[in-house]
Amino acid sequence: MSDARTVPMIELQSVNKWYGEFQVLKNIDLQVGKGEKVVVCGPSGSGKSTMIRCINRLEEHQRGRIIVAGIELTSDLKNIEAIRREVGMVFQQFNLFPHLTVLQNLTLAPIWVRKLPKKEAEEAARYYLGRVRIPDQADKYPGQLSGGQQQRVAIARSLCMKPEIMLFDEPTSALDPEMIKEVLDVMIELANEGMTMVCVTHEMGFARTVADMMVFMDKGEIVERAAPKDFFAAPKNERTKAFLSQILAH
Amino acid sequence: MTTDEATLTSARARPALWRDAKIRGIAYQVVFVAAVAGFIALIVHNAIANIGRQNIATGFGFLHREAAFGIGESLIEYSPADTYARALLVGLTNTLHVAALGIVLATILGTLMGLARLSSNWLVAKLARVYVEIFRNIPLALQLFFWWGLLDKMAPGPRQAWQILPDVFVSNRGIIYPVPLSNPAYKWVVAALGIGVVAAIGLHRWAKRCQAATGRQFPTGWVALALIIGLPAAVFLGFGAPARLDVPVLKGFNFSGGDAVSPEFAALLIGLVVYTGTFICEIVRAGILAVNWGQSEAAMALGLRSSQRMRLVVLPQALRVIVPPLTSQYLGLTKASSLAVIIGFPDLVSVANTTMNQTGQAIEGITVIMAVYLSLSLAISLAMNVYNRAVALVER
Repeated sequence: MSDARTVPMIELQSVNKWYGEFQVLKNIDLQVGKGEKVVVCGPSGSGKSTMIRCINRLEEHQRGRIIVAGIELTSDLKNIEAIRREVGMVFQQFNLFPHLTVLQNLTLAPIWVRKLPKKEAEEAARYYLGRVRIPDQADKYPGQLSGGQQQRVAIARSLCMKPEIMLFDEPTSALDPEMIKEVLDVMIELANEGMTMVCVTHEMGFARTVADMMVFMDKGEIVERAAPKDFFAAPKNERTKAFLSQILAH
Repeated sequence: MTTDEATLTSARARPALWRDAKIRGIAYQVVFVAAVAGFIALIVHNAIANIGRQNIATGFGFLHREAAFGIGESLIEYSPADTYARALLVGLTNTLHVAALGIVLATILGTLMGLARLSSNWLVAKLARVYVEIFRNIPLALQLFFWWGLLDKMAPGPRQAWQILPDVFVSNRGIIYPVPLSNPAYKWVVAALGIGVVAAIGLHRWAKRCQAATGRQFPTGWVALALIIGLPAAVFLGFGAPARLDVPVLKGFNFSGGDAVSPEFAALLIGLVVYTGTFICEIVRAGILAVNWGQSEAAMALGLRSSQRMRLVVLPQALRVIVPPLTSQYLGLTKASSLAVIIGFPDLVSVANTTMNQTGQAIEGITVIMAVYLSLSLAISLAMNVYNRAVALVER
């Protein structure tokens, strides 16, 4: 693993961001190596979503540097497009395109961004639908699927772009409890195949299983980072302890 | 036991008559239908009695009599010696003319202004907002008086005409503009335009198939534009560019040459377009804003460019919100064109008014107006509903 870390896929160097007067990100330093899985947790409003949304420029950072897959994020649209091609993202609210079928959701970006032939894009789409275990829903519309199925389609949609990195922004927070597992199973499988992943999640069981590194954020800064077994067994910071005792209490 | 249950439920399901929802529903409907029928009978009886007392002939026979009044402007040939039917037809074509042009122009203006209101450019957004707030909140009739006053009363005579563009003049005789002199070359230019359009459509189809097969994207838009503009232009130049225009020239007290639209037509068209444009602007803006921002974010995260996001993700979802209220605006514009009567543009209502004055056939005149506007409205509704079904969202 130390071997893999020599190739940083994501590098954040003292990244700062303000919403008006309010500072949401304070001197964030983070390195994610190829194949590494990072789980980010923290109380709501701690800036964890903002941080991963900065990685594919859904949010703009105001100071510091962000380098993804060797490309630096600046206001250069060409760089932004290049990075977005390499980075897949899964949202809390799925954000599937309701006017397109599942198959069309999956082939839209490969056809228009990767410029794949339609047939090739559809073959890839069907392959990934199989991978997320819903091969027979290709011709339905997103509104006809359950929440768990929709989120798995969203994961497949991102995978169709063959990204180097996957970002997950609370992927299970909007799901009914009985559907959380089916989504997490897909994510664990993805992790086992060596995908570079950054996940914002409160699923601590998932974190223990896949994470190489746990990151705890509070009030816009990274308070603690550690391997999961140290993080859960012996958190150093008081705020981490308080948070973990809250979330693991029940 | 089953019989016991049956008697039990049937006994429970029989409340007092006046509390039975079903019986009440039927009673309300009977009373309502009786009231409407009574009202109609009263009106018909009243009309028949009055017509009988005043010795007014009924029926549409008058339509074949000579109209004997002039009409200021007409798209079809007309003279006072023509029949009333012909005169009403002139009114109808004038109504259709202004409504059709108005719908197209108001849609263009409204869409542009709607996008402008969403612009991140402060000045553009604020200007669009000022436009909407001013013209949406002043009654249309007042605006028509304003435009008409500007074009008919304020505008100078032909000798002092305002020149707003090279060879385009505004005077109290209307807006006068140059037209190309007829030349055999133009037939071929028009033919080339037709070929260009057909070729562009063919190209679009071919490019779509090509993309499906190989994934290669062809710059269809630019090539199509080159075909549609370039082909006629090439033919035009091939004929030695016979660009002779019939330019309006001041001769004595009026212009000769060129073509003109009357102050009334121009005022009505401008008024309808500017007024309806504000509503369409807000409809377009609302439609685009109604699409969840998450949709744009998902499209961004997939690497779609902003033009692709708009075309492939946002607009298809916005259209289903835009089309139904847009239909109402088209109907509104068509019916509001009857305000032509207050500035003296000879639309259907104006001509029908004159007809009723001369013949006394009020019931028939009103019937004609009602039938025409009803058919127009239903036709527009039908067309828009077909379109709406095509863009509607299949969700379940």
